[in-house]
Amino acid sequence: MDTTGTLFMPPGHSTFAGEVDSLFYFILYAAAVFLAIVVFGAVFFAVRYRRGRKTIASPGPSHNTALEIIWTIIPTILVVIVFFWGFRLYLKMNIPPKDAMEIKVTGQKWFWSFDYPDGASTVNELVVPVDKPIKLLMSSRDVIHGFFIPDFRIKMDVVPNRYTVTWFEATQAGVFDLFCSQYCGKGHSEMLAKVKVLGEREFSDWFVSGTKAGEGMSLADYGAKLYISKACVTCHSIDGAANVGPTFKAIFSQPVRLSDGSSVIIDENFIRESILSPQANLVAGYQPVMPTFQGILNDRELDALTAYIKSLKQ
Amino acid sequence: MESLPERNYLNDPRGWKSWIFTLDHKRIGMMYLAFIMASFVLGGIFAMLIRLELLHFEGRHLMGAQTYNQVFTLHGAIMIFLFIIPSIPAALGNFILPQMVGAKDVAFPRLNLASFYIYVFGAVFAVYSMASGAADTGWTFYTPYSATTNTSVISMTLGVFILGFSSILTGLNFIVTVHKLRMPGMTWFKMPLFVWGLYATAIIQVLATPVLGITLILLILERLFGIGIFDPAMGGDPILYQHFFWFYSHPAVYIMILPGMGIISELIPVFAHRKIFGYKAIAFSSLAIAFLSFLVWGHHMFVSGQSQYAGMIFSFLTFLVAIPSGIKVFNWLATLYKGSISFAAPMLYAFSFLFLFTIGGLTGMFLGALATDVHLHDTYFVVAHFHYVMMGGTVMAFLGGLHYWWPKMWGRMYNEFWAKIAAVLVFLGFNLTFFTQFILGSKGMPRRYYNYPDQYHSLHALSTYGSWILGLGFIIMAVYLIHSFFRGKAASGNPWGGLTLEWTNNSPPPKENFLETPTLKYGPYDYDRPLAEGQGD
Repeated sequence: MDTTGTLFMPPGHSTFAGEVDSLFYFILYAAAVFLAIVVFGAVFFAVRYRRGRKTIASPGPSHNTALEIIWTIIPTILVVIVFFWGFRLYLKMNIPPKDAMEIKVTGQKWFWSFDYPDGASTVNELVVPVDKPIKLLMSSRDVIHGFFIPDFRIKMDVVPNRYTVTWFEATQAGVFDLFCSQYCGKGHSEMLAKVKVLGEREFSDWFVSGTKAGEGMSLADYGAKLYISKACVTCHSIDGAANVGPTFKAIFSQPVRLSDGSSVIIDENFIRESILSPQANLVAGYQPVMPTFQGILNDRELDALTAYIKSLKQ
Repeated sequence: MESLPERNYLNDPRGWKSWIFTLDHKRIGMMYLAFIMASFVLGGIFAMLIRLELLHFEGRHLMGAQTYNQVFTLHGAIMIFLFIIPSIPAALGNFILPQMVGAKDVAFPRLNLASFYIYVFGAVFAVYSMASGAADTGWTFYTPYSATTNTSVISMTLGVFILGFSSILTGLNFIVTVHKLRMPGMTWFKMPLFVWGLYATAIIQVLATPVLGITLILLILERLFGIGIFDPAMGGDPILYQHFFWFYSHPAVYIMILPGMGIISELIPVFAHRKIFGYKAIAFSSLAIAFLSFLVWGHHMFVSGQSQYAGMIFSFLTFLVAIPSGIKVFNWLATLYKGSISFAAPMLYAFSFLFLFTIGGLTGMFLGALATDVHLHDTYFVVAHFHYVMMGGTVMAFLGGLHYWWPKMWGRMYNEFWAKIAAVLVFLGFNLTFFTQFILGSKGMPRRYYNYPDQYHSLHALSTYGSWILGLGFIIMAVYLIHSFFRGKAASGNPWGGLTLEWTNNSPPPKENFLETPTLKYGPYDYDRPLAEGQGD
C-alpha cells in the first residue's frame, strides 16, 4: 500500500485506507474525463464558431433524441456504480469486527480522553497495537465534536447523550494526527491528539507501565508531563500569556480576583478545587468553560500538577 | 453625453419619496440590488480577513481565536442569507421577470415592497448582532453549541428568521406572476428559461423556508427558556436540529443555484446567437432538481451518527440530483455548436460558470459517495466544493446577469475592456483560492480551524494569494460599474441582440415597462427564424 500519500490524499495507514483511495481515484478519473469533455467542447466551439464582423449563425439542431439519451444514460450508470461502491465500503467501515479491542473515547472542550478496558486512561494520546482491530465507543460531555484520523480515513461525530461507534485497524507503527472535525468553539483547532501505533510487544509493555506512570520522577517533573498529556496546555500557558484560561506562570501564593469581585490567595487547595470544580472559583475576565477533571485525574496526578504549578515561579 | 430616454422608470416620478414608497418592481429590484451589493462587500471583507488570518504570516496571528470564529460565522451568514439567497431572484428577478413575461408589474406590488422592507428589517438585526458580540457558531448554528455559547446568537437567528419571510413573499409573488400575468400567447413552453428557473426556485422558497423559520424559533426558545428540544441534558436531541436545519438548507442550495442556471440559459443563446439546445430538457430538469432537493438533506449527516440505512438512501437520492444538473451542462455545451460566439463580458462569465460549476458538481460525487465522504466531510474539500458551486456557479451567473442587464437597468454601457480584465482576474483568482482547498481538504485539513499543523501552510498561503487576485478583480469591477452608472455611454434598447421581451423596450424601460402592448412575434431563442434577422447587430 502507498504510505507516502499522493497529490490529493495523505498517507494511508489503516486497512481500508487503500480501498477508500481507490474509490477516490476512480471518481477523480471519471470526473476528469467529464470535465475534459466540457472544457474541450467549450474551447473547440468557442474557437471554431467565434463571432466575426457579422453575426451569422447557421441554424443548428435544437434537440437530438439519441444524443440526449446517451448523455443521460452514461452518467446514470456511472453514478450508480459510485453509489454501490461507496455504500459497500461504508458498511465495512461502520461495522467493527467482533474480536475488536474496545476503547471508550470521550470528547469535551477541548481535549480527548481514552479509557482502556483494564481501567488505564490517557488524555490526547490514543495508544493502540498495530494490526489489531480497535473499536471506538464515543460520546461527548458537552457539545458535538468530531473524531477524525486522516491517515486512517475515518471520521465520526462525537455527540452528547448518545454513543457513536467507529473502528480501524492500523497497518503500521508510527504517530498520526487526530483532529476534532466538528466545530466546538474557541479551542476547536487546539483539540488535537496523537494516535500512537505500537508493535505488539511495545504495546503490552506500555499497557503494563501505563498504570505506573510517573514512578521515579519528582512530583514537579511528573506534573510537567501531565501538563502536556492531560491537555492543560490547550488553555493555560506557562509563559504569562492569557489564553482561554489564565496562565500558570508565577501565580502560586499570589492574590487573584474572582468573577464575583472577591480576591483570594492561590494556594494548594485553590488549585485542587479549580481542577475538580472549575466553576467554584472563576477568575475574573475568563469564561466558565473548563470541564471538571473529577474522575480523570487521580490523587497522585493532582499532587503532581500542584507541585508543577508551584515550581513555575518565574 | 448622449441622453437617456426622456421618460423612464428612473426619473418617472422624481423625488426620494417616490422611491421609498414605490410599487414599481424595477425600482424595488434596484433597491434590493443596492443592499445586496453592500452585503456582498461586507461579506467579502470578512472573507479577505479569514484568508489574511490563515496566511499566518511569519507565524503571527491577525486576530484572536474567538474573533476568527465570529468572522467566519459572519462571512457565512451574510453571504448566504443577505447576499446569495436574495441576489438573483430579488434583485435581477424582480427587475426582469415581469418584463420577460410581458407584464406591467408583479402580481402583488405592495407585497413586493413589503418583502423589501422585511429584508431590510432582517438585515438590521443581523448587522446589530455584529455590534453586540457577534455569533461564533458558524452559519449552521449547530446545537448544543449554539444553545450554550454566550455570543449574540438570538439577534443573528432572529435576523435570519425575518429574512426568511422576505424570501417566502418574493417566491409567492413570482409563482402567481408566472401563472397569471403572462401576456397573451406566451404559453409555458414559450417562457424564457430564466423564468422557469425563477419559478422552480420560488416553489422551494415557499415550501422550504418555513421549516428554517420554525427551526430557528425553536433554537431561540431553547436559549431563552431552556425548553429542552435540542438539549441532551433535558432529554432533547441535538441531531434533530441538524435534520430540521438541513431540511431547509439543502433545498436552499438550490434556491441559490437554480436562478443562476436560468441566467446561463439566457446568456448562452444570446451570445452564441443560437437557439437553445433542449429547451424542454432544461425546463424540466429545473423542476426535477427542485423536487429532488427536498429529499437529500441527510447527506450532510453521513458522519453524524444517523443510521447507515438512512445514509444509504440519502446517498442514492443525492446521486439522482447529479443527472438533471449534468443534462443542463450538456445542453449549454450543445447550444454553442454552430453558433456565432461573442466574447462579451457576460459571455465570459457564462464560460466561467460552465467550467467552475462543472467542477463543483463533479466534486459533489466524492461527497455523495458514503465511503469517501467519511474522509472528506468537515474538511476544506467541502469548503472548496461549496464555493465552486455557490461562487463559481451562482455568483458567476449573477455577475453575468448583472453585466447583461446593466444597460437595461441604467441605460448605460460599462467599459468592455475593463470588464473583460475583471472577469479574467476573478476567474484566475477564484481557481487559485479554492482549487488549493480541494487538496488541503483531501489531505485532511479540517474546516473552521484557527490554527493548523505546518504541513498545510504552503497550500493555505497559495489560497490567500489567490484571494488577493480575486479581490483585485472585484475592485476593478466596482470602479468601472460606478463610472458607468454616472458617465457610461448611453445604451440602445437592445445592445446584445437578445430576443426576450425586455429587449423590445427602451433602456431604461418606461415605468409601465412597455410603451405599446407587447406582441409575441417570435420565441425567446428563435435565432434561426427569418423574423429574427435584423435584431441587434
